[in-house]
Amino acid sequence: MDANDRLTIAGHEFRSRLWVGTGKYKDFAETKKAIEASGADVVTVAVRRVNITDRSKENLLDYIDPKKYTILPNTAGCYTVEDAVRYARLARAAGISDLVKLEVLGDERTLFPDTAGLIEAAKILIKEGFIVLPYTNDDPIVAKKLVDIGCPAVMPLAAPIGSGLGIRNPYNLKIIMETVKVPIIVDAGVGTASDAALAMEYGADAVLMNTAIAGAQHPIVMAEAMKYAVYAGRLAYKAGRIPRKLYATASSPIEGML
Amino acid sequence: MANEIQIQVNGEPRGWQDGGTVADLLRDLAIETERVAVELNLEILDRKDFGQRKLREGDRVEILGFIGGGCETKGESDGRER
Repeated sequence: MDANDRLTIAGHEFRSRLWVGTGKYKDFAETKKAIEASGADVVTVAVRRVNITDRSKENLLDYIDPKKYTILPNTAGCYTVEDAVRYARLARAAGISDLVKLEVLGDERTLFPDTAGLIEAAKILIKEGFIVLPYTNDDPIVAKKLVDIGCPAVMPLAAPIGSGLGIRNPYNLKIIMETVKVPIIVDAGVGTASDAALAMEYGADAVLMNTAIAGAQHPIVMAEAMKYAVYAGRLAYKAGRIPRKLYATASSPIEGML
Repeated sequence: MANEIQIQVNGEPRGWQDGGTVADLLRDLAIETERVAVELNLEILDRKDFGQRKLREGDRVEILGFIGGGCETKGESDGRER
């Protein structure tokens, strides 16, 4: 791909349009191999209590070099504004950058975002200087509100987290892409390579996934598949697809036939 | 000889020397300071203050770091969380 086809968000420049999570892998060695195979340069991490009883256990950051990757901490598992803000502050204190993938979840069964809470938490964190990348619903109005309060990108879901259902509402995603003038990162719900390609063909600026790779029978192979899918989808988007027509249009000329 | 006090670290009770600092605690636990955030009685500490902040009887310390996570993530920082 064109080396200049970079994604820039709030002054941070990214080579890769595939972003990956680091959860659910068998071990850190597999995590590292899958991330390398995916070509991603942004990886999400969660903030949790350090295991103080067994210090022999290794650290994720021994495998994922923060100098090589943009480490994007999330507020996964937070169901209230207070918790999400607390975890975001802890993530910043643990020390990589002001970037945070903000999640305020509304319900354990669907893990759908609590968008009212999301907007409230985003406002607080933006005021504190955070670069807030909000995990949101495929709702164009909420996406616009998030941009209006200062989010430099929005991350609408394709389908529930970990569901692998693919893009459930392509029309809403398209409306978000048309109405919101910041990068759109489709986050959550991708099941396989074609889902990722489709998101990029629609005009997403990047795709973030975790389970689709980590949960595949062969995660490292799937990571590579996702790399090509995002790449192909991006190229197809830039190339501009032909319109759909009901009837055939011959590709070979009639002229010169006997 | 400093007095023994009781503090709580990541939810677990722990004996501690009165007057010992957050930096001392991290050293005791063999935790690298560059990769963690420390919350003392719900106040997030600045890393440069670890050496000054002394721990007192009943203090609640939370030590957090980054673990593997995508979206919804549960569990402790051991890489086997989900």
